Amino acid sequence: MKEIGELQLPDDVRYAEDHEWARSEGENTRIGISDYAQDQLGDIVYVEFPQVGDTFNKGEEFGTVESVKAVAELYMPIGGEILAVNTALEESPELVNKSPYGDGWLIEVKPADSAELDTLMTRDVYLETLKGIK
Amino acid sequence: MKEAPGITGLILNEPLLWEKGKKGRRGFSLPRRDVDFCPLDENLTSKTLDFPDLSEVDVIRHYTRLSQWNFGVDTGMYPLGSCTMKYNPKINEKQARLQGFAGAHPLLPHTLSQGALKLMFELERLLAEITGMDAVSLQPAAGAQGELTGMLLIHAFHKSKGIRRSKIIIPDTAHGTNPSSAALCGYRPVHVKSNEQGVLSVEAIAEVMNEDTAGIMVTNPNTLGLFEKNLKEIAEIVHSKGGLVYGDGANMNAIMGMVQMGQIGADIMHLNLHKTFSTPHGGGGPGSGPVCVKKHLEPFLPVPRVAQESDRYVLSEDFPESIGRLHAFFGNFGVMVKAYSYIQSMGPDNLKKASQLAVLNANYIQEMLKGTLHLAYDRPCMHECVFSDKLQQPHKVMTLDMAKRLMDYGFHPPTVYFPLIVNGAIMIEPTETESKEDLDLFIEACKAISNEAQQTPQLLLEAPQKCKVRRMDETAAARRPCLAG
Amino acid sequence: MRYLPHTDEEIASMLQAVGKNSLDELFSTIPEDCRCTGILDLPEPLTEWELNDLMDALSSTMAASPEYTAFIGAGSYDHYIPESVSYLLTRSEFVTSYTPYQAEMSQGTLQAIYEYQTLAARLLGMEVANASMYDGASALAEALLMAIRITRKSAVAISSLVHPHYRRVVQTYFEPTGYQVVELPRLENGRTDLSPIHGINNLAAVAVQSPNFLGCIENLHLIGENAHDKGALFVSCFTEPLAYGLIKNPGSQGADIACGEGQSLGIPQSFGGPGLGMFASKMEHVRSMPGRLVGQTKDLEGKRGFVLTLATREQHIRREKATSNICTNNSLCALAAAMYMASVGGTGMCELASLNHDKSEYLKQELQKTGFKIGFNTPTFNEFVVEFPKGFDVTYQRLLEKKIVAGLSLAPFYPDLANHYLLCVTETRSKEDMDALVREVTS
Repeated sequence: MKEIGELQLPDDVRYAEDHEWARSEGENTRIGISDYAQDQLGDIVYVEFPQVGDTFNKGEEFGTVESVKAVAELYMPIGGEILAVNTALEESPELVNKSPYGDGWLIEVKPADSAELDTLMTRDVYLETLKGIK
Repeated sequence: MKEAPGITGLILNEPLLWEKGKKGRRGFSLPRRDVDFCPLDENLTSKTLDFPDLSEVDVIRHYTRLSQWNFGVDTGMYPLGSCTMKYNPKINEKQARLQGFAGAHPLLPHTLSQGALKLMFELERLLAEITGMDAVSLQPAAGAQGELTGMLLIHAFHKSKGIRRSKIIIPDTAHGTNPSSAALCGYRPVHVKSNEQGVLSVEAIAEVMNEDTAGIMVTNPNTLGLFEKNLKEIAEIVHSKGGLVYGDGANMNAIMGMVQMGQIGADIMHLNLHKTFSTPHGGGGPGSGPVCVKKHLEPFLPVPRVAQESDRYVLSEDFPESIGRLHAFFGNFGVMVKAYSYIQSMGPDNLKKASQLAVLNANYIQEMLKGTLHLAYDRPCMHECVFSDKLQQPHKVMTLDMAKRLMDYGFHPPTVYFPLIVNGAIMIEPTETESKEDLDLFIEACKAISNEAQQTPQLLLEAPQKCKVRRMDETAAARRPCLAG
Repeated sequence: MRYLPHTDEEIASMLQAVGKNSLDELFSTIPEDCRCTGILDLPEPLTEWELNDLMDALSSTMAASPEYTAFIGAGSYDHYIPESVSYLLTRSEFVTSYTPYQAEMSQGTLQAIYEYQTLAARLLGMEVANASMYDGASALAEALLMAIRITRKSAVAISSLVHPHYRRVVQTYFEPTGYQVVELPRLENGRTDLSPIHGINNLAAVAVQSPNFLGCIENLHLIGENAHDKGALFVSCFTEPLAYGLIKNPGSQGADIACGEGQSLGIPQSFGGPGLGMFASKMEHVRSMPGRLVGQTKDLEGKRGFVLTLATREQHIRREKATSNICTNNSLCALAAAMYMASVGGTGMCELASLNHDKSEYLKQELQKTGFKIGFNTPTFNEFVVEFPKGFDVTYQRLLEKKIVAGLSLAPFYPDLANHYLLCVTETRSKEDMDALVREVTS
């Protein structure tokens, strides 16, 4: 497993306590899991997605991500409607491991309240919480 | 060190069944056709079945070779914690194969099935005595179905009082299957942590037990191999709020003749005949998971029940409050025959001695490996002990690597990564049927592996080397499942 | 005791090593008031030879085949089991191992189960079969719960011609869940009446058995279409899988889940258990399936091998959210079935199934010729219903004394079928046996 210094923590995304990230892309927001989360889970073998069109509040479970011997629930970092899911992960779930902030994104949502993004942690705050966990 | 049992043997390759054979071969003596052909309507029939055609020799060699890639209790020590991999006496296998039992149809009139019914009736009485309970159902086909039966009994008990409760207490040291068994009955698990001694505290239960809680599921001894010494008081608290105490009997092998769960507060408990009562595990089944209850739960037991009417045994469905059936017939009768034979062969003194020696063996391993492996809770254990990989972590060697390396030494690995409350857990249950020499060999192997972890960790990371296959790619198997050929 | 290897000296030295003075002292962590005071009230131990006598005495009271000529099936079938299968099944590497958690040491069990999964899937015409469950009844209950998980609906319809005991087990599993179970009635012809399903809202599954409990072959294709029109899954159950050596299998008729009992495939009847819960589905539903699954993969040198896989569905990982609480894979029974299917072979299974059908047709026709009424005119496989005259129970008792079991009385299961008996003929019944039965019931 990675040491804290080895983790990729880009500063163009915001982080949630459950280790999801969210990045504003025009009107919409992309969501995925952090490098720390993918590293803890190990080799990802399956991602269970919500239906496009479903709506969730912030903090609601929207899917799961599975490794060989663990299942992690995914929680919405912000509320909104599901616009797209990353279907490339159906064939290649390993993208979550290889590129957690890029090709390994999970869902795209239309935010219910664009201000919610600002309530999430910045890179530096998230880094401090990770130090607390480690 | 004496030579460890692990060596490279003669391992033969063998293809998949359908990669063998030739159309037109046969491994079966087709019975004589003594009636005319009478074709069925063609709309209903299919013409072919895509199975390989094999000769009898093809089949015999195939499975003989496959069997040689396997490790069983008869091959060597199999100290899988929580699974009680004790020796399976051969004479019991013979009894289950007796034509009178093996060839018996389950729906014949009672008068023609007296032997089987008598055996079941008596086995119920024997198990009731061993657990200190009042009544038994042999119907559950395995431990998990026994757990489900227990939950259904609790549900039925509360329902009979016009109450529906929504929660059930499950400690972090309970058997891993408990939460899903409870969930099948609609109960929401309330997870309770064990204390710093690795057992449940009375206060922790008092805090969560309330009138919406159906009861508690306790594994005793728990999955740390420790006796839940506060169970009597805990049971009083649960009972005082109208709840019931369910005892998971997975670890019964520690306490036969020493503790009767029915005397210390359990209302229900299940047994695993394939653990405590020596019936073979068969690669994962068939098992048998009888459920034992106190008097107040007897009306709810599954039907049909075996009853004695003067000098005859009958099956009775006449229990209006019963939860119903769990099995198409009466449960895994063939497994019951073996457990009955075991108890008859052992008698009361040997059953007690078996538990004593199981506990002695576990404590011996715990004592001898203390320091080599990190001991999670440094207290006298019952029938199993739990270590972790804490001392090996600095060398970047994990529990899994030590487990795989043990194979090269000729031992089946212990249970790993369970219980969840111990990080990198190594759970060792030697059982009473391992001799001191075998324990010593196992201990030496563990010590040698611990040395390797420091000096030549690569040996562990690349283990096993001597099995049929090297370490398997489980990630690839799960990412792109290939479940049929 | 021969199963306990410790000598007194060894016990003494081990006690010394752990710092205890006696075996009892090992239990000092158990509070005094929790310990047994006396000795268990159990019978004294028997020698191996005494045990043999006891068990011989018990088993000899049983009316087992072949001493008895039984024309009874109803979920437990008397088929020949090749000695090669019985012999292989005693290999202790299979018998005394456990669930293959450690793949490298369990390749025998794993490959054998992978082969079983494959043969089971082919027999049932499905894409994926699990590594087996307890029995047909619990497999059906699990199938219906799976359909509810997949469709997120809350009612299931189950044919009243599914084995009565299976239906009772479904009720038991469903009782605390609050899901609705609707029973579908019987048509005149001995098949299931589907019409009530159109009135059921929120239908997750339609379950039938074919051949059904009365032996009749259901019109699976039609049932599947009806189920799918309602947005429900089609669950096709069975008690006699040998039938699919002759008749169309569930998968080819549109079943989403096929499940049932595999005892017919090389497993002794054993007074009803252990049997084999067979369970198969479409690949799209694999992550909702209960039970263990074995998958093919490679080792780090690229060599083919097998592992337990998709374990995240299961109780030990997903805990209370698991697809089922089942831990068993009924490995030894699945192995028996695989060995049996491999021994009989593709050609042999078709021939054996035909022989079962043709023999049972012979008895059906002979009984008809002598004036007995056949219960239903729908085609059957190796079981059928015959209506005997009132008072036949006396004849039935008389035949028992001659060690002939003339089927199973249906009255306890279907009160409107008084005097109706379910008869079964497998390859183990000869023409002479059947002629004798016909002679006896007419005399």
